[in-house]
Amino acid sequence: MVRLPYLTALTTLFSYGLLFAFGQLRDFFRKIIDWSKSSSKDLKGYAPICLGLEDFYTRRLYLRIQDCFSRPIASAPDAWIDVVERYSNDNNKTLHRTSNTTKCLNLGSYNYLGFAAADEYCTPHVIDSLKKYSCSTCSVRVDGGTTDLHTELEELVARFVGKPAAITFGMGYVTNSAIIPVLIGKGGLIISDSLNHNSIVNGARGSGAAVRVFQHNNPLHLEEVLREQIAEGQPRTHRPWKKIIVIVEGIYSMEGELCQLPEIIAVCKKYKVYTYLDEAHSIGAVGKTGRGVCELLGVDPADVDIMMGTFTKSFGSCGGYIAASKEIIQYLKYTCPAYLYATSMSPPAVQQVISAIKVILGEDGSNRGAQKLARIRENSNFFRSELQKMGFEVLGDSDSPVMPIMLYNPAKIPAFSRECLRQNVAVVTVAFPATPLLLARARICISAAHSREDLIKGLEVISKVGDLAGIKYFPVEPPKHETQGHKELE
Amino acid sequence: MASAVMNMTTAALDWVSVAFDAPLARAVVFGVHIDGHLVVEVLLVAVILFQLTRKSYKHPKKPLTEKEIDDLCEEWVPEPLHPSISEDMKAEPPTLESAAGPHTIIDGKEVVNFASANYLGLIGNEKIIDSCVSSLEKYGVGSCGPRGFYGTIDVHLDCEERIAKFMGTPDSILYSYGISTIFSVIPAFCKKGDIIVADEGVHWGVQNGLHLSRSTVVYFKHNDMKSLENTLEKLTRGNKQAEKMRRYIVVEAVYQNSGQIAPLDELVQLKEKYHFRVILDESHSFGVLGNSGRGLAEYYGVPVEKIDIITAGMGNALATDGGFCTGSVRVVDHQRLSSSGYVFSASLPPYLASAAISAVNYLEDNPSVLSSLRSNIALLWKGLSDVPGLTIASHPLSPIVFLKLKKSTGSSKGDLELLSNIADRMLKEDSVFIVSTKRSVLDKCRLPVGLRLFVSAGHSESDIHKVSGSLRRVAATTLAEHL
Repeated sequence: MVRLPYLTALTTLFSYGLLFAFGQLRDFFRKIIDWSKSSSKDLKGYAPICLGLEDFYTRRLYLRIQDCFSRPIASAPDAWIDVVERYSNDNNKTLHRTSNTTKCLNLGSYNYLGFAAADEYCTPHVIDSLKKYSCSTCSVRVDGGTTDLHTELEELVARFVGKPAAITFGMGYVTNSAIIPVLIGKGGLIISDSLNHNSIVNGARGSGAAVRVFQHNNPLHLEEVLREQIAEGQPRTHRPWKKIIVIVEGIYSMEGELCQLPEIIAVCKKYKVYTYLDEAHSIGAVGKTGRGVCELLGVDPADVDIMMGTFTKSFGSCGGYIAASKEIIQYLKYTCPAYLYATSMSPPAVQQVISAIKVILGEDGSNRGAQKLARIRENSNFFRSELQKMGFEVLGDSDSPVMPIMLYNPAKIPAFSRECLRQNVAVVTVAFPATPLLLARARICISAAHSREDLIKGLEVISKVGDLAGIKYFPVEPPKHETQGHKELE
Repeated sequence: MASAVMNMTTAALDWVSVAFDAPLARAVVFGVHIDGHLVVEVLLVAVILFQLTRKSYKHPKKPLTEKEIDDLCEEWVPEPLHPSISEDMKAEPPTLESAAGPHTIIDGKEVVNFASANYLGLIGNEKIIDSCVSSLEKYGVGSCGPRGFYGTIDVHLDCEERIAKFMGTPDSILYSYGISTIFSVIPAFCKKGDIIVADEGVHWGVQNGLHLSRSTVVYFKHNDMKSLENTLEKLTRGNKQAEKMRRYIVVEAVYQNSGQIAPLDELVQLKEKYHFRVILDESHSFGVLGNSGRGLAEYYGVPVEKIDIITAGMGNALATDGGFCTGSVRVVDHQRLSSSGYVFSASLPPYLASAAISAVNYLEDNPSVLSSLRSNIALLWKGLSDVPGLTIASHPLSPIVFLKLKKSTGSSKGDLELLSNIADRMLKEDSVFIVSTKRSVLDKCRLPVGLRLFVSAGHSESDIHKVSGSLRRVAATTLAEHL
């Protein structure tokens, strides 16, 4: 949990207040200048795309630090990347590419098992499948878009995750948005964690069911909400709910925390509600054999009704999957809009996932999979403990490869980001609206492709920049030397 | 006894009369004589006021006890997550064993493939495959991050520039999946309180986008410009508020559900008259319509600046995956921060972006591929003009040839059964692969179901003769009882 010191909260609020005031001042002058100039004839009679304060944050706050985001790279998103340099002539409003690149240590991409760049086992298979099937099937799955690769992938995913059957889609975001409306509709209730990802929120909204939120990762509050909702029934009519689904994530990407899965599953079983687990960041990255939070926390996959995951993070490909019982998958294949209307997954991407899973399971004949899993665990634990020793405020549980470092103050966001880039370390900083207003942070993603030297270099740079930016909020006391002296004497 | 009571009553009465005759009682307060009955009246008024101030009796509200909540939770029985599985739900689609080109292999046999939207025949094109191979060796498969966090690879920026140059618009933005393009673009621009007028035949992606935008949506009759004009007139007549609200018309260039083409020239006239912005989904017309494949605007001779927002999925003519949206700089920049499918999702795999660049280059260098596509469509029309029981319901230039039953069975389920029967028999007996429309239970479109044939520039004349012959034969036998 975040321990926000009072002084920091005050200074952060003050900074935002100042930025807001300056922004309003500039808007005021802009209004005067626009009023004296005549508006263009083309847009007369059309309401503007953004009215008033709708894009105030974008225009006045985000544009100042635009160069910290969307940095283009000119290489594969591996452990070291070539960041393209950009320049601006109009104070960061527009950025232009140059042809120069800087080689930086990559602490921002979701490359947990190191499959991002060309891999010695996977890439030859991918190129073969590209030559055989071409890069797209140009058709939806239910028409002519199912190749034998897709069927092989679904069986492999089901076996890997530990469920009877699976179905795959070409994009993780669409998986959530198109599945949730099929499973639940009007008259149903969705209870989702307060920090769930935007795709789950969109899917829940698109389904037409009522949505309630429970406090992040708090099984007791979940139980309270469940009891209240089942007793009350639907609003106004008080008829009983048709069904209730609880949606949680395996690893929360902005907090780095693991879900308290065993307790939540126990609560859900007691009240006969269905569970939906989104393992976008945890499949392949945690667990002894990479099977996700269920393996790590000792939960039987049969207890979770629907398990969802994506292939973008740990398998170095694109797409998403749903694993559940045979009947649910059959029903989804009959009516899920993403299966009926969306182009099927690109065959080389399918082959990449198949090869990656084979490497992880050791079925390619080597033990690279086990090595990668051990390395990411070691790397994450080493990095996190070193950062905490240095005095940073690091969120997240041990074994999780996602580590947010709290920044709080809006000025520290560009400071940290730009200074790290100058010293050849590429980090990701996140601010409002992806996080609450006061809780801006820098997020580190560790990969199995990082070697020990890479991590030590990263730690040095972050420590130096942390001193400059003043973000070591909880310095650790150095051990006293008198006790040691005493022992020597005695 | 009686006398004692009588004495007491007389004594009380005497006391009362003395009290009333007392000098206090005979006082005159504010000109009113204080008399006996006045006291009684004052007392009565006091009692009435007292009663009025008492709350009326309400049943006391008792919150549910823990035990009662436990009982309710015990009793509650949820519905199952899925309805019972019927036989037609168990049908599996045919599995391809090679690339989905004009000829493909299903179950070991070679079939003629009219089920892939491979309009320009680019599946299997050598140049595109070479560019993909070099891209795979350099960048790997996935991009491992959203666009904001080191997921922007230089190939993406090159692809956006190439598409903008090809279409003649100032800027464009890439999405990582075809269907997510339209349902991310619409909520990025339309918020609660805005007005959207949409065609009733739009596909599920558009419907989902309209639902997520929480704006007021009004549908007009499929591809009927008169109906559109009436709707626009009704919405804006006398409505002063309409000036301040954002107003959009959402149409598709070539409708997936019917094969019709939207009449853009009339649409642009209406849009300018009533001050609405147009969102046009060109998934099946980009690379197909127009002399050089630049889409609906080129076909109708409308300058592309008049259309505010153009979106397209690249999974059709360009034989790759993903989607793009193009328009003015303001339109495109706004999406980079407020379009959920762009901000919260990983970016397009780089090899698909380089495939898109090669495909656009190929299209610009070889515009003759469009005339082969057009002649194939015309040839197919001729061949299908006399099929018993089925009529062609799509536009003569649409690359999706849509056939519907001349006489419906009365229910769309019955129609679908007949049509799926025809498609299955054609695959099994004549090795020709076509598909019937499949609708999800979430789809709100009520247009009639039919058979769809996707024509490609890679089909040869013999392929087209084969499919028309097979369709004629199978339709005649399957629909014999039905006609």
